[in-house]
Amino acid sequence: MSVIVYIESSEGKIKKSSREAVSYARALNNGDVVAVSLEAVEDAELASVGKNGAGKVLVSETAIETAEAAATALAQAVNSTGADTVVVAGSASSSVIAARLAIKIGASMVSNVVALPDTGAGYTVRKSIFTGNAFATVELKKANKILSINKNTVDISEDGSEAGVEKFSPGITTDDTRVKITGRDKATGKVLLPEADIVVSGGRGLKGPENWGMIEDLAAVLGAATGCSKPVSDMDWRPHSEHVGQTGIKVSPTLYIAIGISGAIQHLAGVNSSKYIVVINTDEEAPFFKAADYGIVGDAFEVVPKLTEAIKALQ
Amino acid sequence: MKILVCITHVPDTTSKISFTDNDTQFDKTGVQYIIGPYDDYAIARAMELKEGMGAEVTVLNVGLAETEPTIRKALALGADDAIRVNAEPEDALFVAQQIAAVAKENAYDMILMGRESIDFNGGQVHAMVGEMLNLPSVSPVMKLDIEGNTAKMTKEIEGGKEYVAVDMPFVAGCQEPIAEWRIPNMRGIMTARSKPLNVIEPVGDGAGTTVQKFALPPAKGAVKIVDSVDELVDLLKNEAKVL
Repeated sequence: MSVIVYIESSEGKIKKSSREAVSYARALNNGDVVAVSLEAVEDAELASVGKNGAGKVLVSETAIETAEAAATALAQAVNSTGADTVVVAGSASSSVIAARLAIKIGASMVSNVVALPDTGAGYTVRKSIFTGNAFATVELKKANKILSINKNTVDISEDGSEAGVEKFSPGITTDDTRVKITGRDKATGKVLLPEADIVVSGGRGLKGPENWGMIEDLAAVLGAATGCSKPVSDMDWRPHSEHVGQTGIKVSPTLYIAIGISGAIQHLAGVNSSKYIVVINTDEEAPFFKAADYGIVGDAFEVVPKLTEAIKALQ
Repeated sequence: MKILVCITHVPDTTSKISFTDNDTQFDKTGVQYIIGPYDDYAIARAMELKEGMGAEVTVLNVGLAETEPTIRKALALGADDAIRVNAEPEDALFVAQQIAAVAKENAYDMILMGRESIDFNGGQVHAMVGEMLNLPSVSPVMKLDIEGNTAKMTKEIEGGKEYVAVDMPFVAGCQEPIAEWRIPNMRGIMTARSKPLNVIEPVGDGAGTTVQKFALPPAKGAVKIVDSVDELVDLLKNEAKVL
C-alpha cells in the first residue's frame, strides 16, 4: 500500500504544514509516500519534500483552481498509486478538498488529527474537538482513510533524500470548474497566520488601528504573524483574515503573545493549543492571565516597544 | 427561490466541557444548547435574501427530539418550515447523506450551512453534500449576493480573500461577516410554534467513523506574572526556549 499526501505552496515555497504532513505520512510506515502538488511550483522545491519522507512527487500538468478539480485530481492519484491512505495538512481549503475526495474514494475521514494512529485494535486516531477544548479517540471504519492533521502533530523529518518529480494529467471535467474565480486579494510577503510559529495578537486595549505599528514591529523582530481579537476585526481595525478565535482562525503556534486582549472564552478557543502563551494587559483581573504561561500587568504602549527592543538586542 | 439551511444543535460557546460514562459520553448536565454560531450566520443571510428578493426557507437538522427547541428558534427567526432527521448526527458522512437525501427530493436553489460545527469542527459536511449531489460548493463564505441565476461570493483564503461566481444551485459553508446574527422577536416566537416541523427517519449506509472515547486536555500550570520585560525575555529564552 502507499500513502498520498496533498502538498500546498505559498509564494512558490512548499508550506511548512505540508512538510509536516509528509513527515506524518512517512511515520505511518504504510509503504511509499507519494506527495501530490496541484500548483505551479519549481521542480527543485517539489523534490525537496523527499527530505521530509516522500519517495515521489506527482505534479499536475494543468493548473487546478477549484476544490472540485483538486478532489478529482487527488482521486486520480489515489487510483493510479493504489493508495489506501491520504494525509492533508488541515485548513479551511484543504478540508473541503479532502471531504469531496472522501466521497469519491469511499473513505473514512477525520479532521483535526493530533497524533499518529493506533492500529493495535482497529484503526483509531486522536482528534481535537470543541475547538481545542477536548479530544476524541475516533475509529476509522472504512478501508480507505483520510487524515487531516493539525499543526505540530509530528516533528518535521529532514533525513530523506530528494524525491523524483513526475508529471500527471488530471482528467478535469466541466463540472469541476463551475466555480469561477473572479479575483483575489492576498497579502504577500507576510507570515501566514495558521502557519506561524509565533503569533502576536492585539485587542481593544490598543485603542485604535493607528496603534498597530507596535504590534507589527514586535511581529517583525520575531518573524511572527499578526492576529487580532473579534471586536478588532468587527470594528474593521484589522482584516477578518487576522481574527483569531472560535469563529475566526484557530492557531497553534509555539508562542502566542496577546496584547490588550481580555481573553473571552471565544478568543481562548482559537489559541488554546498554543505551546506557550504570554499575556500583556493593564487589568490584572483579565481572564486571559488564567490561560497564560507568562504575564505582564502593564500598559501595552510602554511594554511592547520595550519588548521589541529587548528581543532585537538578543539577535 | 428555495433555500435549505442546515443547522447544528451544539453546546453554547461558554459551556464547560466534561464527559461521563467512563469518558464515552458528553456530559449534558446544565449545558445550554444553541444553533451553531456559523449556522446562525447562514440563517441570517437566508432571511436577508428572503426579505430582499423572496424565498422559501427550510431548516434542516439531524438530531433526536431534544434538538426541537433549537429548530423552533430557527423557525422563530423566520424560516418557513423545518425537517428533523430523527438520528444522532454520528459523523460528517452520516449527516451529509441525510442532507443529500432531502435535497434530492426537493429542488433547492441553494443549500447553506455553517463552515463547521463548533463541537466536532470537521468542516466537511458542505463539501460532502456538494459531492453527493454533484453540485459545486464554496466555503468559508464571507459574503453572498445573488444576481440573476448567479451567486457572487467572497471566500476567505489564508491571508486574504477570493472572489468567486457560481450558478445556482450550489452549496455554501458560511462564516462572518456574511450577515448580522438575529434575535427572534415575540411575533416570530409565537408563529414558530405553528410552523410545520416534519420528522423523517435516516437513510443511507451509515457513518464512516465512530467516537470511542473523549478526553480533556491536561490542566494548565499557574501563570508566572513578571514585573519587567527583561524578566519575560529571560523566561522565554531560557525556560520556554522559544526565542
